[in-house]
Amino acid sequence: MNEIITLITILFFTTLRLTTPLLLAALGGLYSERSGVINIALEGLMLSGAFTTAAVTYYTGNPWIGLLCGIGAGSLVAWIYAIFTIKFKADQVVSGTAINILMLGLPGFLSGALFLSSGSTPQIPEDNQMPYFPIFMAFVMVAVTWYVLYRTPFGLRLRAVGENPSAADAAGVNVQKIRYAGVIISGALAAIGGAYLSIGQSSLFTRGMTAGRGFIALAALIFGKWRPVQTMLACLLFGFTEALTIQLQGIQFIRWKLFLVVLIIVIAVIALFVIRVGMDKKTSNEKLPLWVTVTLGVTTFLLAAYVTKRIIGVGKEYWFTQTEIPVQFIQIIPYVLTIVVLAGFIGASRAPKALGQPYQKER
Amino acid sequence: MKLLREILFPLVAVVAAFLIGGILILIVGDNPLTAFGWLISSAFSYPVGIGYTLFYTTPLIFTGLAVAVAFRCGLLNIGAEGQLYVAAFAAAWIGLSAANLPMILLAPISCLIAILGGAFWGAIPGVLKARFGSHEVINTIMLNFIAVAILGYLTQYHYRTAGDPIMQTAQISPNAHVPRLGQFIPGMPEFIPLNFAFILALLACVFVYVFLWKTKFGYEIRATGLNPTAAEYGGIAPRKQIVVAMALSGALAGMVGIHEVLGYRYVYQDSFSANVGFTGIAVALLGRNHPLGVLFAAFFFGVLERGAIPIDAFTEKVSKDIVDILKALVILFVAGEAMFRVLFSKLGVMKEQ
Repeated sequence: MNEIITLITILFFTTLRLTTPLLLAALGGLYSERSGVINIALEGLMLSGAFTTAAVTYYTGNPWIGLLCGIGAGSLVAWIYAIFTIKFKADQVVSGTAINILMLGLPGFLSGALFLSSGSTPQIPEDNQMPYFPIFMAFVMVAVTWYVLYRTPFGLRLRAVGENPSAADAAGVNVQKIRYAGVIISGALAAIGGAYLSIGQSSLFTRGMTAGRGFIALAALIFGKWRPVQTMLACLLFGFTEALTIQLQGIQFIRWKLFLVVLIIVIAVIALFVIRVGMDKKTSNEKLPLWVTVTLGVTTFLLAAYVTKRIIGVGKEYWFTQTEIPVQFIQIIPYVLTIVVLAGFIGASRAPKALGQPYQKER
Repeated sequence: MKLLREILFPLVAVVAAFLIGGILILIVGDNPLTAFGWLISSAFSYPVGIGYTLFYTTPLIFTGLAVAVAFRCGLLNIGAEGQLYVAAFAAAWIGLSAANLPMILLAPISCLIAILGGAFWGAIPGVLKARFGSHEVINTIMLNFIAVAILGYLTQYHYRTAGDPIMQTAQISPNAHVPRLGQFIPGMPEFIPLNFAFILALLACVFVYVFLWKTKFGYEIRATGLNPTAAEYGGIAPRKQIVVAMALSGALAGMVGIHEVLGYRYVYQDSFSANVGFTGIAVALLGRNHPLGVLFAAFFFGVLERGAIPIDAFTEKVSKDIVDILKALVILFVAGEAMFRVLFSKLGVMKEQ
């Protein structure tokens, strides 16, 4: 009994810890995307915050100054992103990818020059780390975001600009200015998420330390239908799966039971898609060209046949031996869920209408 | 005149990227001219430099073409990374499982399997978009992660040689290897991993050009990309084109598997690709989504990749990260070319449009 309570407590706190960077970045993404600007750059924004915070904290010995500078760096990078996408109407996904690549290189470049290292900052002493404040901040920001979005004039304008910029413009809202604000806020929040990674969860900045968290945050935002509370729940779910992978490491399971669980999940996902196809009232009379159908069919068949052959081929005793759960199976859960949700299950996930479209004021 | 306009902005973007990169190098206290000098001189020295440059160019041609084909259909494929991983693994898998086939069969079959693997992984977001209308950008990002995880699992638990500290499969059968070009070019040492895939890449450029501009299928894809509604009125089924374009895009990205596994490493190595799929976006963008442009753009980025190593080694403070920075700046400046239009029209060089 006691063991279970300990396990649950550990899982709970690990989940909170792992949710924090996702949540901060996802809330950041929310401000940007609700204003109509796609934010694939979250990953890069997080990295800019993580690096700047760690570097400044190292030099000043004060994590608060570090965090402030990190927020400044995130906002600055977001501002550059905003200039390109809002003012010069550059493709948002492409520019976002550019920001991500830039932030893969720039921290390494700077730390190479500043610390003569191969892409990481020196260790930051424990006294100068910030293990709790960002967690607190992340969850407070959910309430703040909810309030700002639904109860303030700014929130109303933000949503209006993301749904129907010309109408907002006609009503006297400065579309560009609101979008700038949305993107810059997203940079600031994502930077705090990154800062938590470098001086909260660990004690230094390492190359590419976000490891795709910006993209998971983006997935959580879509999963949460671009709303603050649902986004928090999605982040908690994704944080929980990550916590689970850590907790399950080293625990042994009998192979056939494990296989059964995986099989049930795979069948469930396939069934969901079949049901989803059935839900479509619009019957499509477009047929795919024969070679595509044949290629896809043959590939799927060969894959299935090969997997079956291997499953049968290993022999009976194999299935009664023990193994640990491969972490990869749990890692892919958020990604598969996102695809499933995006395909229109669990209620339609509708993006802000003007998402991704630059706004050209009529002259 | 039209051609001039097409290449003017990419050139301006490259110059601007190098200017800003140079300023960054100045800030950290090194000489940008020496750094860029190393970059250029090492990339063009014969035969080793140019051999490696072309070696780095090859996968970028494939991913650049992949992104360009999808883009011509109005789709942004940021999943080339996942598609090339699936293809590479598929190629390694056939090279391991059918090791006894003679070379004349196994090598072409392996190439074909790589292409099919990429096409399969690319078709998934295509089908999802065509069937459910879900956005291909998010789906391809998710499929990248899923591919890496599943292939990591397969490598770690099923195909790794026991005790191997590196996450990689066992060596594939020598019968699956595609030849290195060093054997055929006088003066080119054989240790340079430039291989048959480079020839394939050049052929792929020709193929994509003919397919997109000289065939009915290509016309339908381009029509869908320009205006799906109008295409539908014209009797083209846009949803079909989406799947075809994504499958083709995936197939092209998958050919990186031929280059990496069958021609270079002879194993599937976990996360071998250094963002080749993402650089493909830059290549396609800089090359204006045209095969010839892609070829030149890929060569440009190949020069950068090759030059990264000597920059790292021979300058005091500049690390190879400068190459990532230059890449990112080029993408930004090409995507935001409106900036230069405004600038040029203010300077009076160009009429405002």
